[in-house]
Amino acid sequence: MLGRIRAALADRPGPVTVPRDYDRTREAADPLALLAERIEDYRAVVHRVDAAGLPGRIATSLAARGARRMAAPVDLPTSWLAPEVTWRPDTDQSLTIDELDGIDGVLTGCAVAVAETGTLVLDAGEAQGRRVLTLLPDYHLCVVRADQVAVSLPEALARLDGTRPLTFVSGPSATSDIELNRVEGVHGPRTLEVVIVTGG
Amino acid sequence: MAGRGVTWLGTPTFPKAARTALADTQLRTNLRNATTTIRGKRAGAVAELPDWEPLRLAGEAIKDEVLADLGTYLERLEAAVTARGGVVHWARDAVEANEIVLRLTREAGADEVVKIKSMATAEIGLNEALAEGGVQAVETDLAELIVQLGEDRPSHILVPAIHRNRSEIREIFRREMPDVPEDITDEPRELAEAARRHLRQKFLTAKVAVSGANFAVADSGSVVVVESEGNGRMCLTLPETLITVMGIEKVVPTWSDLEVFLQLLPRSSTAERMNPYTSVWTGVTPGDGPKNFHLILLDNGRTDTLADTVGRQALRCIRCSACLNVCPVYERTGGAAYGSVYPGPIGAILTPQLLGEDVDKQARSLPYASSLCGACFEVCPVRIDIPEVLVHLRAEAVQAKNKTSPEAVAMAALAWAMGDARRWAAAQKAAGIGRLLSRGGRITSLPWPGSKWTSSRDLPAPPKETFRAWWRRTRG
Repeated sequence: MLGRIRAALADRPGPVTVPRDYDRTREAADPLALLAERIEDYRAVVHRVDAAGLPGRIATSLAARGARRMAAPVDLPTSWLAPEVTWRPDTDQSLTIDELDGIDGVLTGCAVAVAETGTLVLDAGEAQGRRVLTLLPDYHLCVVRADQVAVSLPEALARLDGTRPLTFVSGPSATSDIELNRVEGVHGPRTLEVVIVTGG
Repeated sequence: MAGRGVTWLGTPTFPKAARTALADTQLRTNLRNATTTIRGKRAGAVAELPDWEPLRLAGEAIKDEVLADLGTYLERLEAAVTARGGVVHWARDAVEANEIVLRLTREAGADEVVKIKSMATAEIGLNEALAEGGVQAVETDLAELIVQLGEDRPSHILVPAIHRNRSEIREIFRREMPDVPEDITDEPRELAEAARRHLRQKFLTAKVAVSGANFAVADSGSVVVVESEGNGRMCLTLPETLITVMGIEKVVPTWSDLEVFLQLLPRSSTAERMNPYTSVWTGVTPGDGPKNFHLILLDNGRTDTLADTVGRQALRCIRCSACLNVCPVYERTGGAAYGSVYPGPIGAILTPQLLGEDVDKQARSLPYASSLCGACFEVCPVRIDIPEVLVHLRAEAVQAKNKTSPEAVAMAALAWAMGDARRWAAAQKAAGIGRLLSRGGRITSLPWPGSKWTSSRDLPAPPKETFRAWWRRTRG
């Protein structure tokens, strides 16, 4: 096939210079507010709290949702583990597919968030666990720290390692396949709830 | 060698298929609603980015850079994927690609594969080839599932079941889904829920998944799939074996190039700032996702397309479908009339090129399925000049025919008539007789050889008086 490619390029097209004068960085007056607004546009629930308020916010959200059994990446900060809830840590990938399918929800952090597009990126790093954790439970509660927020997509990609397993999440699972009506929740989590922690 | 093996439906030529489609008022209503809605939303999503034009120019240039040195980038991609535990296969055509998938599926001990919607596997007719080999392919995208259960063909790249309305979908589900609730209504929410339940167990037990790829990064070996429902994530992470079939033009040089395409693609296709889910993986990651990853690099007519210096720009296509939604011809005929997995303006240039030299009548008719209005070029996020390629392919088609073709005869007659003022005046006078054939100012059917023209076009009736006659009468 390489020979055919070379033959096809017999006209020797010259090297191309890629114009990079698009905006690689962008300003936002309040990136956290922009992130919240854009995530809400996907009909996801968003809260903004300071660091001290985070454990209380997590506990309130889980209680409001009636989530009693929650999956957790093994390295979730202990202050996030609301005491009223039974936590199922994914020690050595021990949570089975069936267990995850039957569990109330999952709590994770994220690697990067993109304010302009309302996107959370998980890279299987700290407080995120493997990809399947945020896929099978029907409810995903995700914590975003202020220092993880990039304004534009180019800024976000520059912070990520493309060789890690990455999942970009923009709102809950959705389809528009039936008469272009948007329906939330097909195969991925039907409910996405995001807590943005202000002040780092 | 021509790229045999593109899914070809055996429909009539475009003009005939279009006549049938035009008579289907339900289809036209569905299509008009859909394309109008997406058009409006897309314009809004695009207007939000102040640097949209620079992004388009960058997208165009990155793709051209890849095509100008495709072999190098593919070898780099192969090395990066292999270094991370993946296996790369090269497939010259549909037959080779399908054989590889079938062999890998059997080796994994599976007789069923779950699939995320993929244009490349539709192009090579993978589902049919697997079925012949005793393996069932289950489409998991909601629209693809509707099409598969309805034993139907997709009519749009992005929303394949756009020609179906909710009550038709409800009927298909009641007929074909054994576990569907008796009292299911035609509410989209209920229908989506039924699909979720229907597929859940298949996802949780599948051993092998097949996907396409939106992009693959040469430097890092990262493969990217863009989707909405999460069925893609299910296929990409749950099974033990993942087989990805990718057209060789999908490679991009570096990780940071994705910053261009991940902005261009969602806004152009679903008119969203970002699609709900984008998955990126590189080879295999122990403890996370499939244990075996196979990447099949598919030619199937692409190197032939690359050899055409005008037509090769079609290989920039990122399958966003924006050109379908603005095309006045697509809006009235729908995707099925194109008889190809690639409908609309991009299909009209991609399909005949992928098929190569042994194109049949159906493929040859596609470059004529356009009004050349240029709207497709205006919206294309990678600036494919579709009208330019259409005209180029028309010229090739005319050249390929012999001199007695209707076009050649008509043009020769015209040259003769216009070569002399008296002959031209006489011809114009004779043309005035054409008014006798017209109804309401249009001529819809001429006797042979004019029928060759009017079989797919109406002809405006000639005026009562020519300009030259009018000039003589009023100024002479």
